[in-house]
Amino acid sequence: MGESKDGVKGKRVVFVTVGTTCFDALVKVVDSQEVKDELLRRGYTNLLIQMGRGSYLPTKSSGDDGSLAVDYFTFSSSIADHLRSASLVISHAGSGSIFETLQLGKPLIVVVNEDLMDNHQSELAEKLAERRHLYCARPPTLCQTIASMDLKSLVPYSPGDATPVAKLINRWFSIHHFSDWHAIATAKSAQLVRKYDQPFILSGDNKEWKSLLRPLMID
Amino acid sequence: MEKNTGCPFSNLSSNLGITCFIAFVTVILVRVLYVIYRTGKPLNKRSPQQTLSTLIVLGSGGHTAEMINLLLVLQKDRFTPRFYIAAATDNMSLQKARVLENSWADSQSGVKRISAEFMQIYRSREVGQSYVTSVWTTLVATAHALWLMIKIRPQVVLCNGPGTCIPLCVIAFIFKVIGIRWSSIFYVESIARVKRLSLSGLLLYKLQIADQFFVQWPQLQRKYPRAHYVGCLM
Repeated sequence: MGESKDGVKGKRVVFVTVGTTCFDALVKVVDSQEVKDELLRRGYTNLLIQMGRGSYLPTKSSGDDGSLAVDYFTFSSSIADHLRSASLVISHAGSGSIFETLQLGKPLIVVVNEDLMDNHQSELAEKLAERRHLYCARPPTLCQTIASMDLKSLVPYSPGDATPVAKLINRWFSIHHFSDWHAIATAKSAQLVRKYDQPFILSGDNKEWKSLLRPLMID
Repeated sequence: MEKNTGCPFSNLSSNLGITCFIAFVTVILVRVLYVIYRTGKPLNKRSPQQTLSTLIVLGSGGHTAEMINLLLVLQKDRFTPRFYIAAATDNMSLQKARVLENSWADSQSGVKRISAEFMQIYRSREVGQSYVTSVWTTLVATAHALWLMIKIRPQVVLCNGPGTCIPLCVIAFIFKVIGIRWSSIFYVESIARVKRLSLSGLLLYKLQIADQFFVQWPQLQRKYPRAHYVGCLM
């Protein structure tokens, strides 16, 4: 949790990314003294902000005086290297950023942009937070989330699998009767529910889930 | 519209004109109903070995990443030649597709050249654009889509949600009606759509334009029964 300063100065970078969007609210709150102090308190040494199309410019700091070192840039053709060298990632709720981070196995706080009109992004962030793959916050609650987060409790994300779709698309051109294809597709869906979602249904006592998914659990 | 009783020929021609028009509209309607009926049913006649020209629609952000994930496990030698379309303002998607195709070409050892083409299309709607002005930009995008589709005439269309796919799918539907080409349209709703469909998804689902509709979260299959749940792609 906290960095042990026994003479070895390990660099612990917090990488903030807003992807290709404009998310000034996140950049501002990350640049606030409150959040920077909290990050320092949790043992981080550097803050690197990818600010995208935003107009708010954070204050750079070298961190020589023991404060958090802060730097920023607008875009990069690939943020993979920045993600790899980060100890904590704070990201907007874009699915590309989320999955790129999860696939690298990095701890992630997703911050939902409340200014977006049709905010479907929060659905994905909340779903993955529900499954304990990441923490979900809004700009006003980010500081609290950083203070109370327990990164060891996060569940690693297993990569998804596109083979079911690819196989179904392929089958489409080999099958002659619609009823055959439909049977194959339905059986596949049921198998995937058993594999991915049943553990969550059975472990929790989420009644809504159980009623929702019972018809799909064909046995 | 006064009838010239002294000239039976003009009566005949106007009746003929009206009859032809009604017949034409009826044929189109019947054809549209037939296409809707046939959409969602496999094609019986194709032999399994045939290659299928494929149109792949790319979109900004996570859309392209998801599509590339799907393409990695798709049978490359069956779904070829491949045509990639991205929005004109999207700089990175086509580049990512090019990198992917190049990596495949490199591993081919030069025996069979995998062909791929990359094109850009005017965007129907920018993120945050008002829905009112979107009507005009969508019409422009549709005209451009028509031009591209006439050149490509794909047998398979793969899309996963960006607005750019709507004009292309509508044109593919019209091609089915006219009989230019029967394109099988596969739509995979984005992984970011957990409880509600995107606007593109909703249109393609409700209008029954997509032959098969795939979703990545089970709640959506419950809500939209004609969709198929396929698990998370990412």
